[in-house]
Amino acid sequence: MMLDTLRTVLAVPGVSGSEQIIAETLAELVRPYVDDIRTDALGNLICVKKGAADGKRVMVCAHMDQIGYVVTDIDKDGFLYVHNVGGFGPQAFLGKVVTFANGTQGVVYAKSVKDGAKLGMGDVYIDIGASSKQEAEEKISIGDTANVAFQMVVHGDRVSAPTMDDRAACAVVIELLKALQPPHHTVIAVFSAQEEVGTRGAQTAAAAENPDIGIAVDVTATGDTPGAEPRMAVKLGAGPAVKIMDRHSISTPSVRDGLIAAAKAAGVPYQREVLTFGGTDAGAIQRTLGGIPAGTLSIPCRYVHTPVETVSLRDMEQSATLLAEYLKA
Amino acid sequence: MRLERLTLLEELLNARGVSGDEGEIRKLIGELCAKRGARTITDALGNIIAYKEKPGAKRVMLDAHMDEVGFLITGADANGTLKYQPVGGIDPRVVISKRVEIGKDRVPGVIGVKPIHISTKDDMENALKHKDLRIDIGAKDAAEAERFCPAGSYASFVSPPTRFGEERIVSRALDDRVGCLALLAALESDLPVDLICAFTAQEEVGLRGALVAAKRIRPDIGIALEGTTCNDLGDVSSEKQVVALGKGVAISFMDNSSIAHPKLRAALTDCAEVNGIAHQIKRGVAGGNDAGAIQRAYSGCPTATLSVPCRYIHSANSVANLSDIESQSELVIAFLRDFAQYEGRIFE
Repeated sequence: MMLDTLRTVLAVPGVSGSEQIIAETLAELVRPYVDDIRTDALGNLICVKKGAADGKRVMVCAHMDQIGYVVTDIDKDGFLYVHNVGGFGPQAFLGKVVTFANGTQGVVYAKSVKDGAKLGMGDVYIDIGASSKQEAEEKISIGDTANVAFQMVVHGDRVSAPTMDDRAACAVVIELLKALQPPHHTVIAVFSAQEEVGTRGAQTAAAAENPDIGIAVDVTATGDTPGAEPRMAVKLGAGPAVKIMDRHSISTPSVRDGLIAAAKAAGVPYQREVLTFGGTDAGAIQRTLGGIPAGTLSIPCRYVHTPVETVSLRDMEQSATLLAEYLKA
Repeated sequence: MRLERLTLLEELLNARGVSGDEGEIRKLIGELCAKRGARTITDALGNIIAYKEKPGAKRVMLDAHMDEVGFLITGADANGTLKYQPVGGIDPRVVISKRVEIGKDRVPGVIGVKPIHISTKDDMENALKHKDLRIDIGAKDAAEAERFCPAGSYASFVSPPTRFGEERIVSRALDDRVGCLALLAALESDLPVDLICAFTAQEEVGLRGALVAAKRIRPDIGIALEGTTCNDLGDVSSEKQVVALGKGVAISFMDNSSIAHPKLRAALTDCAEVNGIAHQIKRGVAGGNDAGAIQRAYSGCPTATLSVPCRYIHSANSVANLSDIESQSELVIAFLRDFAQYEGRIFE
């Protein structure tokens, strides 16, 4: 089930700011399991599953946007110049196939630069097979976004694909909503927009919902690959990681400890995570309005922000189990 | 551009208002808003917010920042020259040998450098940094300098607005007095929206004024009227030019602070096309503006940015086309005039 859900949500485009299609897909998937669904000005998909009257209101937030390119100009020969949406360098996707929301495919390449280290995003372009500006403009407008084409490798328990960040978490939240019947706490499942450009969606969703507790579900890096830098204790396949801190937030101790207690109660392994870079929607939620207790449950993921982001299905399933336990009590 | 509007623009450009020291421009704008029958308030950050209320209609926040980049005096050296910090992003290469004026009394100063005769090859090849530069106000020692310009005094470029060619203007602070002009034009018009014009403070130091203004206003829609980067000279390839002077108001799809609301952006583009208003797409994502703060205040709202291309922006002498300045005002007014036509598709 988890693999099927994952495959469905991975195959749909949704670069930050252009989340309409993935939002529609997610809405279809969760509609049978929630009481209310809406979108907001930032593009967030906000789904509410009601709990008991004496339960808390818990925002469970997985971002649905993905990193990608935005077209900044089209030259006379039909090449598309681009800028990155979200954090990645000019080398990241060279030689890869990308797709636009309207189905147009292209390949990413860069101007020939003698010293590769000096390559800038201004040198990167997308070739969509057009031979003139006019032909390119029939398919693509300035401001359109593209993401690395969906391609998945199922090794067994481990699965590699682009956009595990953060569709793996979207799949976990979908499976969580299916499993909760009904939860003790009201679950506000937010599939947030524009996380990759600065946790923007989570900020407005949290302000609108003013939950009692916020939990971001996101991927985190691992320290278990050859020469992994910086040093990090999280391993792939060793269970969900309860975030202690990252650059954007220090998890509220009560939320962090609640997640650990839920792992123990549910009998799933967990890891303690300290990430020395990056951040999640928890940082935005935590500092919204008068401050909201918030933490992050992380899915270990190798090669984040590359076309081969790799996760473990068991880690994902255990994440859903842990969250269900947390929301039950 | 009508003479009356040009005179008004020049009046806006002549008033000073470095971020955090917006008193002079705020006073002028307050008077201009009152003349247009708008109720105004000034808030704790120094924003001035003008209301033309239509209860029941959609609440539209138009935003232009009234602050400008400049300098903050941080102390004097023994020789009487002043140390300073830039306020907002100023390339140290553009300040050398420029005249500035400091404080309420407009004490004249100049940012001097050592003459070419005694500059070494190394000096010539390496750009000076702000920390290496000083403002000379003619004082003989630190005591005299501090008497006239104590630490904490603000300074701005001296470069009054000047007509430039047949249809251009050169001045400091075009970013964003052009937007202020557009807001004043909107206040003159009878528009079928609950109109709130925020002339914001401290944009150049991080969209600070707009954030609290938007929280006070809680708009249904926000539009930032801006001046933006224009790099259209020389052999710069198209994708690096961003926008071109004289080709109309620039509509942004994304910058460092926000991604424009797709439906609002499309509606503004359609409005420009239907009304034959010159417009262009901003072909770049550098920079950021108040739309980013407005978009994310509380539960957020759709935002977009309409900009006037400004060559040499954030310098003493930025250059804009009068026709682009007009296009910016025309587009925002046409859009709000016909708002009923677009409202449904933005909020569907």
